[in-house]
Amino acid sequence: MYRAPVTRAQWRAAASVVRSLGGRLITIWGIDRRSSAGHFAVDVAYALNSGLVWLDLALTDAEPTSYPDLTPTFPSAARLQRAVADLSGLVASASQDSRPWLRHAAWPEDYFPLRREPSGRERFEALDESYPFVTVTGDGVHEIAVGPVHAGIIEPGHFRFSVVGEKVLRLEQRLGYTHKGVEKRMEGMGLAQGARVAARVSGDSTVAFGWAYCCALEALAATEVPQRVQWLRAIALERERVANHLGDLGALGNDAAFAFGLAQFWRLREAWQRRSQELMGHRLMMDWVVPGGVESDLSLEGLRTLREDCQALEAQVRLLQSIYDAHAGVQDRFVGTGRVDAQLARQLNLTGMAARASGVGSDLRSDLAGAPYDALQVRKAQATEGDVAARVAVRFAEIYESLRLLDLMARDLPAGASRVVPPAPRPGGCGAGWVEGWRGEVLVAIELDDRGLIGRAHCHDPSWQNWPALEHAVIGNIVPDFPLINKSFNLSYSGQDL
Amino acid sequence: MPWRMLRQIARVGILTEPAPQPDGPESLRADQAEQRAVREEILAVLGRALAIRQVDPGSCNGCELEIHALNNPYYNIEGLGIKFVASPRHADLLLVTGPVSAHMEAALRRTYEAMPAPKLVVAVGECGCNGGVFGESYASRGRVSNVLPVDVEVGGCPPPPLEILRAIRRALR
Repeated sequence: MYRAPVTRAQWRAAASVVRSLGGRLITIWGIDRRSSAGHFAVDVAYALNSGLVWLDLALTDAEPTSYPDLTPTFPSAARLQRAVADLSGLVASASQDSRPWLRHAAWPEDYFPLRREPSGRERFEALDESYPFVTVTGDGVHEIAVGPVHAGIIEPGHFRFSVVGEKVLRLEQRLGYTHKGVEKRMEGMGLAQGARVAARVSGDSTVAFGWAYCCALEALAATEVPQRVQWLRAIALERERVANHLGDLGALGNDAAFAFGLAQFWRLREAWQRRSQELMGHRLMMDWVVPGGVESDLSLEGLRTLREDCQALEAQVRLLQSIYDAHAGVQDRFVGTGRVDAQLARQLNLTGMAARASGVGSDLRSDLAGAPYDALQVRKAQATEGDVAARVAVRFAEIYESLRLLDLMARDLPAGASRVVPPAPRPGGCGAGWVEGWRGEVLVAIELDDRGLIGRAHCHDPSWQNWPALEHAVIGNIVPDFPLINKSFNLSYSGQDL
Repeated sequence: MPWRMLRQIARVGILTEPAPQPDGPESLRADQAEQRAVREEILAVLGRALAIRQVDPGSCNGCELEIHALNNPYYNIEGLGIKFVASPRHADLLLVTGPVSAHMEAALRRTYEAMPAPKLVVAVGECGCNGGVFGESYASRGRVSNVLPVDVEVGGCPPPPLEILRAIRRALR
């Protein structure tokens, strides 16, 4: 990781350099450093082939609450910048879209929760609200408004479709419904307590966020955890990946009216979750990754069971894949649906599993492998078509690869401690953790205050980058294919709403 | 193709109400016995119809994963006549996770108001019961009962599927 202060001019120039090097924007966040340094700051994280670049712009001059807009270089900056404006009151100067993003009507527009003055416990009466959606006009065009409460067991969000007949001309998303003040909540928290909140940014990625949080603490304290800890955490991360891919493959079958797939994959997922309960004490492995290590060690017998599970599961998944692949009805729904081509994927900074299905994107486990992945030679799954079928194919490939890794890790797990004294960083520092979760890259950046408590924690979910791609993916498709396309990305609402 | 599907279905067999696994740990066997008992009780009380509308007004999605699991063949909730429905107008019971975000408060109230009486509300998870790690803030109303009358609360982060089934049973009493 490379971290450096920049000036306003360098802020823009750095973005261009990153773009020209094929790098990606990960996230932008605002920080109130008025009490310690007398100014606000805005930070950005980029992914380069050589690693993470974290730039810090101190807003010290004549414009204390504005910073240069990054959207001309990175369109994916738009929503991030709108969120920074909502939460920290720092605006990207001359940005085209100044509509609120995470703020709806629940608090006034001059209330900035991530500034120092508010305690975060203020309560406001809901205001009347109207949000200016972009309207599409023309002969026969009409709108379909969906949500925030959806017709299923799904997180809330609003989708505004402009359609002609069955065909989608445009989709505009409105998110932020599950905003529950996560980052404000973390302010002033002790480091152990913060881990529990980070693990609940997005429940399906609890291991990824938990690990990224711990990495940030370990970076802050400049300590390393024992090798065995890294391996055990990776076992949990791969188990999380497999569980989510199994669930998604079932749900994707279901959305293509293939209930057999739902029943089969969800029984596999249930058995997998029961094993997590048995070996790690929790069906989703929540709070198993803790600062300094993992909550409980795996026994030799547990490791043997884990390896046997991998073998049995692989046979089952291969059988089900052959059935999916040969099913004309399922393939008819999957192939060519919801396409994101490589050029668009690059332009929008698509990340993670969805990016790999469009033939671009990295996988931190193979491209920038840290322990234990550097010892395992992870084979990156990739497809090129960028349609639902490609995202299904990448999921299958990633399950097989994760099972291979799990088998290797359970076989070669290094000896040593599974938990050590948690890192005790000195007050005032900052650190970041960056982990390839099942959906994509998860980043947690932490800045400590002068008491050694959390001054500012920023938790970034890969859904931020991928939600806008979904808007593009549905263009030209029919409305009934939207649930299928949506599920093929399976993005987090909670993780992006915070 | 259909033949291979049928073979797979036959090979997997019926997972619902599985026999205790002799090599499984004790707790799992107890769980399975309990699961059978809960299922039988639900059938006795309910006959064959309960329609649930689930609303996530701000959860981390962990509870939703476990509610989804109720539909898998192990729990086979539809086999009990309990069905998740798309419209609150068809629902007898509202299953709500938490915390209730300020942005979802109105939508949650409207969903409840759209349900025909008599109606039951079950709050799911630590956040649904007490706000959990998120608590109350400018953006969070905390527990579900701060917004709606709640009949039954089930804690756990998230509660396992069996606990959610138990809570549904308690609500029916």
